[in-house]
Amino acid sequence: MVDDVLAINIENLGFHYPGNDGVTFSGLNLKVKMGQRFGLFGPNGAGKTTLLSLMTGLIGPLEGKVELLGLNVAKHNNEVNRLFGFVPQDFSFYQELSPVENLAFFGAWAGLNRHQIKTKTDELLHILGLDGVRNKQVGKFSGGMKRRVNLAIGVIHNPQILILDEPTVGVDVQTRHAIISYLHELNKNGTTLIYTSHQLSEAEGLCEEVALIDSGEIIAQNDLEALLIEHKKESLEGLFLELTGKEYRNDV
Amino acid sequence: MYKLWATLVKDFRVLWRDGVGLALMFVMPITLVVVITDIQNSTFQLINKNKLPILLCNRDTGASGGQLVEAIEKIGMFSVVQLPQNQDEKTIGDSLRKKDALMSVVIPADFTRKVSAKSKNTAGKALTSFGLQADSSAQKDLGEIDPLTLYYNPVLQESLRLSVKGALQSALQLVESRQTLRTLYFDINEKPLPADLEGQMLNNKARINDIAVSINGSTKPPNAAQHNVPAWTIFAMFFIIMSLGGSVVREKESGSLIRLKTLPTSYLVGMLSKQITYIIVTFIQAAVIFSLGIWLFPHINLPGLELPHDLFGLFIVTLLTGWCAVSFAICVGAFSETHQQNNGFGAIAIVILAAIGGLMVPTFSMDTSLKAIANFSPMHWCLEAYYGLFLQNGTLSDVVSYLIPLVLITLAFQLLALWGLRRKNLI
Repeated sequence: MVDDVLAINIENLGFHYPGNDGVTFSGLNLKVKMGQRFGLFGPNGAGKTTLLSLMTGLIGPLEGKVELLGLNVAKHNNEVNRLFGFVPQDFSFYQELSPVENLAFFGAWAGLNRHQIKTKTDELLHILGLDGVRNKQVGKFSGGMKRRVNLAIGVIHNPQILILDEPTVGVDVQTRHAIISYLHELNKNGTTLIYTSHQLSEAEGLCEEVALIDSGEIIAQNDLEALLIEHKKESLEGLFLELTGKEYRNDV
Repeated sequence: MYKLWATLVKDFRVLWRDGVGLALMFVMPITLVVVITDIQNSTFQLINKNKLPILLCNRDTGASGGQLVEAIEKIGMFSVVQLPQNQDEKTIGDSLRKKDALMSVVIPADFTRKVSAKSKNTAGKALTSFGLQADSSAQKDLGEIDPLTLYYNPVLQESLRLSVKGALQSALQLVESRQTLRTLYFDINEKPLPADLEGQMLNNKARINDIAVSINGSTKPPNAAQHNVPAWTIFAMFFIIMSLGGSVVREKESGSLIRLKTLPTSYLVGMLSKQITYIIVTFIQAAVIFSLGIWLFPHINLPGLELPHDLFGLFIVTLLTGWCAVSFAICVGAFSETHQQNNGFGAIAIVILAAIGGLMVPTFSMDTSLKAIANFSPMHWCLEAYYGLFLQNGTLSDVVSYLIPLVLITLAFQLLALWGLRRKNLI
């Protein structure tokens, strides 16, 4: 099953925003195997967030197909939504509520019952070091604590695929370490990770396979080590600069 | 069902922790209801209790001037302060500017002489027309009586000034009629008009019996509370736009709506929860404001509110008013990009809807085009329905015709909100 079904299968994807404002995809193909730790990298405006939005069904493709675990995202949106978890870059939760209250709400929307929510909440808050502040309003938390709450909400329903959009931006070293360790733990238990970040050194430690995207095109995709050997580079950052250039990128 | 319950709990928690929003939804409208009712009540009771101060300068030394002063005092709506006979206009103007009073009446110096001359002329003409010989001593016509001068501070509302002017005109009429009557009687009978006959002729006016025409036949006149409490309760309900519209904007800004879209639950659950939560809030608002009207107002010298007989009708009208207010707030929140837009547009929109809806000035006094525009304000239909119950003692069936357009406007807000959120790919 794990070998047969791809976690993500994008075939011949065509997409552009109304008025061709922003990134355009044309004939894009991408496959991510089940259980992989997959990194998607690119400069600002390359199309990472748009590609994640297409994977999660937030927007629909104009051509081609996007499948998660063999299900067409556009056709089976509700079923697909049970399979993946999404950790957006923004703090997408209720600042007026505590971690427990946020998890109770998002857990219910993810389809869990009261008992499942309670069990999972206790587990997650313990693992992510939020036990002591479980009933405090999230609005008063530091950026790092909010990142952990953001992550907890994304995984409360034990998703098979976890999609993370810059999950460690703006956090201290301890929080980053804790988050990355937890992501490794999730992956060991079978969760496929789709990860984007500008923290390339962090990504080197996390990702097995990477894809570099620029101007809506996948310009390189392979096992990380194989890519570094192929391009004779010692780091992902060096590879990134070689393939995407050193010019400033403005994403309006 | 558990999803809806969890969403309701979330919405109530978020609302409970929004102190500013709660204050805006309860404290401000309640203050408004009390203040407006008090002001309106003062106008209602102008004649009986709160007399309007007026400065009176009688430059006339004759009897008619004195009679006019007496007639003005008898009107009952003024607290008359008599000024010295030779008070100059500048001093009078200064008093008005200092707001010692907002109006001043000056009776011209030759008032008695001109009233007397006019009455003799009128009496002479009357006698001639009767075929009798007029008094040969009748003075020749001295021309029109010099007008009374009414000075007023421009802050005085035009409607009040016109009603004062009407009252003065009636006092003036009384003095002139009395003088004409006396002259006529003397010319015919060559003796003065007996006081009792004069009293009968001038004072036995036909009374005006004013009866409130209600749907159920009750003739009890409505008071300021019956008028104002329902009107400003509607206003209070629409004030939830600050909290509810703001909550929609916050969900958009934080990305919560996007995250919810990636979960296997329809956002309609979220919309339903918000509507239930805030409809309950509008019920609490109405209950609090009605309770103040019933129990607090009589203790602060305001007329107490009487609830309509049809309490089920009151429940339905309040429910539909609340639903409309909630739909409007969600709609504005859906289209606003920021809190500033939501609060700015929301506040102005509520005031405009209230103004054209007849909450501030009754729609029957508007011109035809404004009356037509009023039909597009949901507050107009809410107010008509409440007035049907509170002022006309009607039942639900009597106000259904007002509720149909209200429901249609509400559905339009709902569809517009859904379209706005879908257009931005948020649900």
